[in-house]
Amino acid sequence: MSTSQTTADGEAILSIRDLNFYYGAFRGLTNVSLDIAKSRVTAFIGPSGCGKSTLLRTFNRMYDLYPGQRAEGQINFHGNNLLDKKQDVNLVRAKIGMVFQKPTPFPMTIYENIAFGVRLYEKMNKSEMDERVEWALRKAAIWEETKNKLQQSGLSLSGGQQQRLCIARTIAVKPEIVLLDEPTSALDPISTAKIEELINELKDEYTIAIVTHNMQQAARISDFTAFMYLGELIEFGNTDKLFVKPTQKQTEDYITGRFG
Amino acid sequence: MQLYSRRILTNRIGIALSMVAMAFGLAALMWILWTLFYNGFNALSWDFFTQDTPAPGSEGGGLRNAIVGSLMIIGVTTLVSTPIGILAGIYLAEYGTTSKFAAITRFVTDIMLSAPSIVVGLFVYALMVATLGGFSGWAGSVALSLIAIPVVVRTTENMLLLVPPALREAAFAVGAPRWQVSLKVTLRAVKAGVVTGILLAIARVMGETAPLLFTALNNQFYSTDMTQPMGNLPVVIFQFAMSPYDNWVSLAWGGALLIALIVLAINIIARVMFRNKVSA
Amino acid sequence: MSEAATPVDLHAQQVRKFKLQDMFFHQVTMVFAFIVLAALVGILISLAIEAMPVFREFGPAFLWTNVWNVPEDQYGALSAIYGTVVTSIIALVIAVPVSFGIALFLTETCPAWLRRPLGTAIELLAGVPSIIYGIWGLFIFAPLFAEHVQPYLQELVGDTPIISGWFAGPPIGVGILTAGIVLSLMVIPFVASVMRDVFETVPPQLKESAYGVGCTTWEVVTNIVLPYTRVGVIGGIMLGLGRALGETMAVTFVIGNANRIVGSLFAPGTSIASTLANEFGEADPGLHISSLFALGLVLFVITFIVLAISQWLIKRGIAKQGI
Repeated sequence: MSTSQTTADGEAILSIRDLNFYYGAFRGLTNVSLDIAKSRVTAFIGPSGCGKSTLLRTFNRMYDLYPGQRAEGQINFHGNNLLDKKQDVNLVRAKIGMVFQKPTPFPMTIYENIAFGVRLYEKMNKSEMDERVEWALRKAAIWEETKNKLQQSGLSLSGGQQQRLCIARTIAVKPEIVLLDEPTSALDPISTAKIEELINELKDEYTIAIVTHNMQQAARISDFTAFMYLGELIEFGNTDKLFVKPTQKQTEDYITGRFG
Repeated sequence: MQLYSRRILTNRIGIALSMVAMAFGLAALMWILWTLFYNGFNALSWDFFTQDTPAPGSEGGGLRNAIVGSLMIIGVTTLVSTPIGILAGIYLAEYGTTSKFAAITRFVTDIMLSAPSIVVGLFVYALMVATLGGFSGWAGSVALSLIAIPVVVRTTENMLLLVPPALREAAFAVGAPRWQVSLKVTLRAVKAGVVTGILLAIARVMGETAPLLFTALNNQFYSTDMTQPMGNLPVVIFQFAMSPYDNWVSLAWGGALLIALIVLAINIIARVMFRNKVSA
Repeated sequence: MSEAATPVDLHAQQVRKFKLQDMFFHQVTMVFAFIVLAALVGILISLAIEAMPVFREFGPAFLWTNVWNVPEDQYGALSAIYGTVVTSIIALVIAVPVSFGIALFLTETCPAWLRRPLGTAIELLAGVPSIIYGIWGLFIFAPLFAEHVQPYLQELVGDTPIISGWFAGPPIGVGILTAGIVLSLMVIPFVASVMRDVFETVPPQLKESAYGVGCTTWEVVTNIVLPYTRVGVIGGIMLGLGRALGETMAVTFVIGNANRIVGSLFAPGTSIASTLANEFGEADPGLHISSLFALGLVLFVITFIVLAISQWLIKRGIAKQGI
């Protein structure tokens, strides 16, 4: 196992140690350990059901919403174990944002979609909020398309625009980490290209963890790649290295398309 | 071949009978609605809406006091049952997957949806009329609320359960507390469905007679005082239809038509609203 | 961290606030859910308390005594229970086959473009207030029934023993049979809607494979759809029964309101709900009103049991889809 190969060239913002995850009696993740490097893009790949989304959803404790799901082990973030019962999940989620497979605009105006999250933890006046909304929309490269219809419903946008709105909404809260759960799988190729470009621009300021079923996408946008299979982390390392010269047989089989 | 033709024959008979059943059901609807229109339409006039219920033996008259009374009682019912029903529905949807209490509440709500409404009237009589000194519009509203609340609870819960999990998760993912996720995101996402539920609840109580018989009672004079017995359409229809006076019977038909029209209109509005929202 | 950092104390304050608010939200919604539960328990308790004097006076015999004499203050529930049960049975005897036919038509044989409008029409029929069925039954149906159907029925059964007794007496229109028929029209939409819903839970592959071996529509329905949806269908019938038992207005107008038991279905009778509707408003305090509460309690307990079974069956029918 080369899981010990962690991020040599950067500071780890999340360090996961011996993480086990259970859906009731079923074990969805087995002894996963790895570091997520600060201000880098880490991609998680693997066949469907390998646990890559499950792993991502432990980082912001999303599984908490469902009775019967639980995680054991450590996910260290600024010296705290996120899995600790005492850890406040709302605060964790404000610091570690998430974008979902299907665009999920809230049933409110475009402006409110952004302001909703910001207002939760920051007190600001109208002009500061206007600034923040514009800043987030610009960051997500959707300002030009929305600046004249901020008071329209978020649902009035196209699928790709909705997804960028969701990204804007996530970064508006100024999280440290952004989790992307197959953010382009429901989108057309042009929208996908725009989102990938966006990820590239955001990675200087945010740590990004992305789950993708698309190996080319992982190769294009990530600095590090983790390959998972049947709930285990099989191989983790520099993206270039993992794709060019995988050390594990299963990784090689997967990236060369022999199974999956 | 004989076997085959017998099977075909059985099938034809079965299908024909199902069509007869359908025709029977529709014919009954048509017949009821037609007689309702035929007899009710003649009663609808300017006087019908502007005059109060006539005294026994006197000519003419209208249903103004009953219409106003019904509107007031149902208005209060809506104001009472909407928040209670929505919040209870939220509880069942948000916290109801694990708790035993929620499972029992859900079960009881389903039963109350079809429980005999006259018994609800008895209950409110014992609870309010007998103890607080008499029949009143308020008691009528409480009785109707007990019938309307289960409708609102169940539609609210069912609508909230239709919200895609990802939308809820997305709201949690920006760090929102549960109450904000619930009220500002998921409830808002199913606004049309919840309003549909409220409309259906209003339609349901609009024609309810039995619970008002011993709560709001009736009042042959115009009154907007909810602490007093209050005229209302269903009870007036009941009393007038059973009476020997022709003008009373005619007014009963008019009142029945009015109620049927309102109920059908509300039902159709609710459906159209909900369908548009779902297809959007 | 750089610009992403926000004041930590503000966060901590917010977190505490949110925790309290969420706790409050949980409690508040729970209290409102509790109201529904409390209403049911309240109904049971208040009816039981008010019915106490009657059971103390007559004992459980109240339930099977056939007497209702207001001037002499003698009360027994039998005639009302009899009327309630018999009208409901008549209603179901008519409503079940018709509802089945409607559900079958809507799910199997109806042209696709008609399915929705007809289904909606049936649902709208379910929304028509029961008082309208009652007034229609009194003024339109009962006279026609007395003039054209009842004499014909009497002629038809002639002197057949037992059965002729069911149709004996003057054809006056109002009575147990008329109430049952009007009631059946009222419950058809409910039962048909539930049946249609459970029929739609049959997986298409199952039906397709039956059609695939050459079954006719009728054979698919009797051999596949019905066995598969048995539980839900029975639940739907029980729901109709629950509605019929507790219905007030559709019955009160046409049952004739006579507190006695006559073998003939043409004779006027009474049901629990119609007795309440007719007498409660003018009942004297004391045993009379208490016996009316006792009737209400009996009705509530019976319908509660029927509806509980129906809910259980419908849920099982839809969740496990048959069995």
